[in-house]
Amino acid sequence: MKELSLHILDIMQNSITAGATLVTLELIEDTAADILKFSVTDNGKGMTPEMAKAVIDPFTTGRTTRKVGLGIPLLKLAAENTGGGIELSSEVGVGTVISAVFGYSHIDRQPLGNMAETMLGIFTSHEDIDFVYKHRHNDKEYSVDTRELKKILGGVPFTQPEVTLWLSDFLKENEQELYA
Amino acid sequence: MKSLADLEAIRKEMLEKVTLRKDDEQGVRIVVGMATCGIAAGARPVMNAFMEDTAKRKLEHVTVSQTGCIGMCRLEPIVEVFEPNKEKVTYVKMTPEKALRVVAEHIVNGNVVTEYTIGANE
Ligand SMILES: Nc1ncnc2c1ncn2[C@@H]1O[C@H](COP(=O)(O)OP(=O)(O)OP(=O)(O)O)[C@@H](O)[C@H]1O
Ligand SMILES: [Mg+2]
Repeated sequence: MKELSLHILDIMQNSITAGATLVTLELIEDTAADILKFSVTDNGKGMTPEMAKAVIDPFTTGRTTRKVGLGIPLLKLAAENTGGGIELSSEVGVGTVISAVFGYSHIDRQPLGNMAETMLGIFTSHEDIDFVYKHRHNDKEYSVDTRELKKILGGVPFTQPEVTLWLSDFLKENEQELYA
Repeated sequence: MKSLADLEAIRKEMLEKVTLRKDDEQGVRIVVGMATCGIAAGARPVMNAFMEDTAKRKLEHVTVSQTGCIGMCRLEPIVEVFEPNKEKVTYVKMTPEKALRVVAEHIVNGNVVTEYTIGANE
């Protein structure tokens, strides 16, 4: 992946596929501690311990019957290449938390990239799912909770052109503000 | 700076309109494959181009959404267009530029951009 925001999109897609109704993304850039980390928490169907182990390291499992995915192993590789790593905890019927830590100034760390675009696509494609997104860069922070937005919109969908364009600008401006 | 108050204003304005965009049978659906292979091949900016361009053109009857794996990794990014009473059109190896052309020629004017379809790329 060219950008970490693409890994984030990919990992959130797993939560959506797992039938989550609430997905929370917390993203923290802390330059003093020299780390970038994020976690995706969902209330989807979860995984058994064996499954959780297998998806983290598909190459070491003896399984040949199931096609193993690429998303989580790619994230793991990207994080480890910067001196970081990933953690996965999951419980069947409860949900999943996956978190990743990257060395902020490590030469192999991909740029974060376009978070506004990642979140816009997720929000507008899955209006039946609620999302909470928090992004902190050092001492600046903003958050979006789609439940609040939906309350204000009172039934007007995110896919309504005027709303889509507003959301797109809102996300872009707030992302930019973090680095101003 | 955009604020939540703008959103409130948009709602008021929209509720006065009759044509709210909704996922009805009459609508056109543009679906972008967004599994790992699609994302790695550039599906996100493709979806964004479709979303922003159809929104700017105020195409109320068109919805753009993302889905999981469509199952042909080497042809990603893949986009499927569903129109009522028509056969599904599958576009492959898409880019944001191609997306704009598909909106202008296919979605607005009804002419499938044959050279981007799966049939022309296999
Ligand atoms: N949040 C989650 N909740 C439940 N199961 C999950 C979750 N994330 C991953 N999984 C399980 O782990 C598997 C592997 O995930 P991974 O993202 O690596 O690959 P994938 O989604 O199957 O395919 P792709 O290569 O398109 O990402 C998934 O198929 C799913 O069964
Ligand atoms: Mg995946």
